[in-house]
This record gives sequence, structure tokens and C-alpha cells, in this order.
Amino acid sequence: MSEEFFIQGNEACAKGAIAAGCRFFAGYPITPSTEIAETLARELPKVGGSFVQMEDEIASAGAIIGGSWGGAKSMTATSGPGISLMQENIGYAFMSETPIVIVDVQRGSPSTAQPTMAAQGDMMQARWGSHGDYEPIALSPSSVQEFFDFTVKAFNLAEEYRVPVFVMADEVIGHMREKIVVDENIEIVPRKRPEKSDDFLPFENIENGTTPMPAFGDGFNIHVTGLTHDERGYPDTNNPETHDKLIQRICDKVLNNKDKICSLKAENCEGADIIIVSYGAPVRSVVEAMKRSDKKVGFIKIDTPWPFPDEKIAELTKDAKDILVVEMNLGQMYYEVDRACKRNSNVHLMGVIGGLLPTPDEILEQVDRLGGN
Amino acid sequence: MTEHKQNRFLPYLREDRLPHIFCPGCGNGAIINAFLAAMEKAEMDFDNIAMVSGIGCSSRIPGYLKCDSLHTTHGRALSFATGLKTANKDLDVVVFTGDGDAASIGGNHLIHAARRNINLTVICINNNIYGMTGGQISPTSPKGSFGTTAPYGNQDTPFHLAELVAAAGASYSARWTTVQIENLVLSIKEGLKNPGFSFIEVATQCPTYFGRKNKLKTPTAMVAVMKANTVFKSAAERMKPKELEGKIVVGEFANTQKDEFTENIDKISVEKSGKRTLINSAYEAEL
Repeated sequence: MSEEFFIQGNEACAKGAIAAGCRFFAGYPITPSTEIAETLARELPKVGGSFVQMEDEIASAGAIIGGSWGGAKSMTATSGPGISLMQENIGYAFMSETPIVIVDVQRGSPSTAQPTMAAQGDMMQARWGSHGDYEPIALSPSSVQEFFDFTVKAFNLAEEYRVPVFVMADEVIGHMREKIVVDENIEIVPRKRPEKSDDFLPFENIENGTTPMPAFGDGFNIHVTGLTHDERGYPDTNNPETHDKLIQRICDKVLNNKDKICSLKAENCEGADIIIVSYGAPVRSVVEAMKRSDKKVGFIKIDTPWPFPDEKIAELTKDAKDILVVEMNLGQMYYEVDRACKRNSNVHLMGVIGGLLPTPDEILEQVDRLGGN
Repeated sequence: MTEHKQNRFLPYLREDRLPHIFCPGCGNGAIINAFLAAMEKAEMDFDNIAMVSGIGCSSRIPGYLKCDSLHTTHGRALSFATGLKTANKDLDVVVFTGDGDAASIGGNHLIHAARRNINLTVICINNNIYGMTGGQISPTSPKGSFGTTAPYGNQDTPFHLAELVAAAGASYSARWTTVQIENLVLSIKEGLKNPGFSFIEVATQCPTYFGRKNKLKTPTAMVAVMKANTVFKSAAERMKPKELEGKIVVGEFANTQKDEFTENIDKISVEKSGKRTLINSAYEAEL
């Protein structure tokens, strides 16, 4: 059984969150993400969840980390200016291995720029926004259906790896209305509770890197800190070995599972001279451009910008002459694609800013300039 | 040979974390004792207490206590605590913070947590200086006092935290110093029992930095000055502003009953879903 809805992207995100088990949301109003907060303010109390409008985005990020340790799957939603403010606490979530979901409905940037226009200017901030070494997971939806599906997936990945997960949407996807189909049985990943024992180590250096997470009040008396800590969670800040082991494990638990986490969709790549790479809202125009083109053009749609699916992209593009990266910024994922291709192909950027989606014809114009068959 | 008498609060401490990092003469030890005494007097279940702190000397306290403790980012303890308490309304959440943590970088969270009257017990250890970073002036440093960033004397006017928090809407707010330990214990007890936002400011000595920079070289000299400058609120109410300059007014600044934030959220949940908000729902495969 499944149900159909004709809804806005931001509403689909909120619906996805509830379906995934989110029962705590803290946020601060910001265009173009606000409908997510508004929807959850209305819907969470109906399912035994809590909504808090915090005093700012710094507090919102702090509150969802607290909420997560309180035993609730927790989320916030914001846009560029808010994601900038959240970065310090997001770094804390990586260091303390706290599962949270951060939705960024991207708008024109930098600064306040274009609140009601679409952009993809925060992609590198999702990767490197907080200080230090860590490995984020980010998903980029290109339809209202994907905004629902990827929000569910974000919660599942957050629980599986005990990491913050970003859903990097944009104003177009957040505000457009489409039909979505919601299955009755959605796979959700519940948090694993550790077994009680005297030698339980909440940050144990175990092989797959992810230790089960107790909730506060479970009786484990655990200490959680953003300081470099040992396997007990106790600060040990001057020991290079402790820091190295901790950070390597935090990074490796994601990197060693890249095959499972990374997702992309490839079409027509074999034998194509030209391959278009895109993600998020511009994907819609690329799909239409492909239909209109009389050339053999390949297409790679990236679902998970982070961790970047570099090996898969290298493999798919190895015979292509030219690669066109279409994104709504002046070059962010473009550099990742270029790195992945190891300069076997010429990687070109179609970077569109200003807030409007590139049109299929504009993309075709770029493709035609590249020549090819 | 004389046997050492074991401190009766030792079972509440993480012994495997001792010795602690606090300087000789620091007031934090006396305040930990006062907290544990108050916790027993309030007949709290220690196992149900969760602690949250920010960054600074005072924020290291929860790391030495044998309970769930969240040592967060600088200034943000109250926002983490708001999330923790809202997600699990059955926990007794206690926040340890300092003057820089709570009133400078975290000032916005402080007034908003007070405004919400969320059921948290906040112990704000006010030593008038940034100790962890080495003696810079804080938002409570007295005008004219010296710090490493005020070599010519502090030009800023200090905040009066207990009054500020009372004005922002907290249902309980009090100030004591490390000289009035018995009053402090009673206030922390009141705070723990108060179903709302409770703020207990403790003026304390930092001989290492505030003392050294301000010609108060020993802990006893600092405590003596603090004692001499203390004025009870009832007496202060009859004094002129000029007479109160440089004084530490101690007593309760708010002690009322008000609507509590998380109870109101629970009420909405009961109204809309027929039950209280879920606890530990993250562990459920089906909701």
C-alpha cells in the first residue's frame, strides 16, 4: 500500500522526517526553509514529538544535539546564513558522534543575498564548514519525492554511523509542488542501545568505528565532550596518539563505508564523448536537455555529494573527452569532479548564479560548444 | 597512623578522573560540595540527574561527577540543555556555567532560557574573570579591575546576573558567595525543587588570575574582601546606589511559580496525540 500527496518540497521534507522517526525539531525561521519548521510545529505534537523555536541558529544546532542525547531523533532546517551560524556546534556533533539531521534549503549567497532565489553555494560549507578534520554525509534532492526520500535516508545514515547528515536542498526544490508517493512500509534505522556492562566504552575504537549510543538517563553515566577524549569519553587533550586514533576512527567509519553510502545515477555514459555531471535542482534541466539533444551525451546525477563518489565518477568518465559540471554556484563540486577525473578528461564548469535554474537550452548551448559526437 | 576520613560525597565523583584541574584556592571545590549537599537535601535521585556545561573552569565540573554529562561548546550549554530537557522531560537537568560562558558568549541563550522558564537548574560560578584562557576581563569584572586584556583597568560596566535573569523571566534566581555556603546550599536545593528556570549565581574567588591581577594574592585575602563587600538584599534595599558601588548583594531575586516550558509542550502533545511526548523514541523500530 502507498499513499499519494501533491505537496511542496519543504512539506515533503517535514513528512519524511516524521516518517523516519524524528521526534524533536529545533529551529529558527529563515527563508526559504521556514515551511519545514512550520509544518513540524503543527505535526510533531500529533505524534508525540516536540518542537522548539530557538533564539537563533546556534541555539538550534545545540538544542538538536541535546535532543539527540535525550533519546530523540532530532533535526533542524535552515538556509545559508543559518548554516554559517551552526558550524561550531555541527563540529561538536562530529566530535561527539551525535546523530542529527541538518536540512539546508540553499538560497543566493554570500551573506543575506537572495532569500527567495535558488543556489547551491553551501556545498563546500557542508564539507568543510566547521574547523578540523571530519567526514560528513550530504544528500542532494532534485525533486519533491527525493526531498522526502533523502530526508528519511539522512536519518537512517545518521543513526547507522552516528554522524550529522546534511540534506542539501535549494529554494527550487523547497518551494515547488509535485506529486509524491509514500510507501506504507518505510525502512527506518532505530538507534542501537548498548548492553549494560561495567566495561562499556561509549567511544570504543571498534572495528567498524561506530559504537552503540546510550541515551542520557539510561544509567551509563557517560561523559560527552568536544575535547579530544579517550574511549571512556574522558578528556585527554595533550596526547597525540589519543587525538590521532579518535579522529581517524571518526573519519574512517564514513570513508570505509563509502561504497555503501555513496549514491549516484548514471545514464548513457558508455561511449559518450561528453558527460554532464549535476546534482539537486539543475538535474531537472539536464534531464530535459538530454531529451532535446541529438548528440550522445552521458549524464551523472550525484545523490550524495559527500562523501564524494570519486571512484565511481572516475570509472564512469574514463573514456569521455569532456565533462560539463552544471551547478548553481561559481564552482564547488566542479573541483571535486576535476579531482576525481584526474585530468583524464577536460572538465568544464557551467556555474549559474542569480537564482534562476539554468534552462535546458542554455545547457544544450554549452554542450554544443564542446563539440563531440 | 591516622586514617583519612573518606569524603562522604566521593561516591558521586568519577574517582578515575581525579586529580582535578582546579587551582589551589579555587572556589569550585566548595561549590561542588554545596551542590551535592543540596542535591541530598532536596532528596533528588542522583541517577536521574543529567549535567550540561559550556567551556571554562566551572564547566569542567560535570566531568568529575558520576552522572551523564554533556560538556558542550562555549556559551551554548543552555541551548543543548533545552534540547535535552525537551527530548526527555523526566530528566533533572543541571547546568554548570561561568560568567564568561553564560553572560558573554552565551548571553542570548541565558535570557531566552529564563524567558521560557524551562525547568533547568543553572549554577553560574562568577569569578569575574576568564580563568581557563589566563585572566582576561569578563562581563562581570568590576569597573576599574585589572585583567590581561585590561592592563589600564576595566572600562566596561559589569552585568548583575541574578537580577538580569530574574528580569528575563526566571521563576527562581539567587546570588550568594563562597562565604555563605549554607545559604548557597539552601538556594541550590530550592533551585532543584523549583519546577522552572532556576539560576544560582555564586560569586567566587580566582586567586590565580583575578587575585594576582588585582593585588589579592591569597585565597584567604580574596574571601575576606568578598565577605567584607557582601550586603544582604534586605539591607541593600535601604541603601543608596552610591553606597552599593562595589558591593555584592546576596539573596533571592526571584522566587515565584510560573508556567514551565516543557510541561506546556507535554500538554500540547496530550491534546493533539492523546499522550505525553515520547521518551527514547530513537530506539524504536516502529512509532
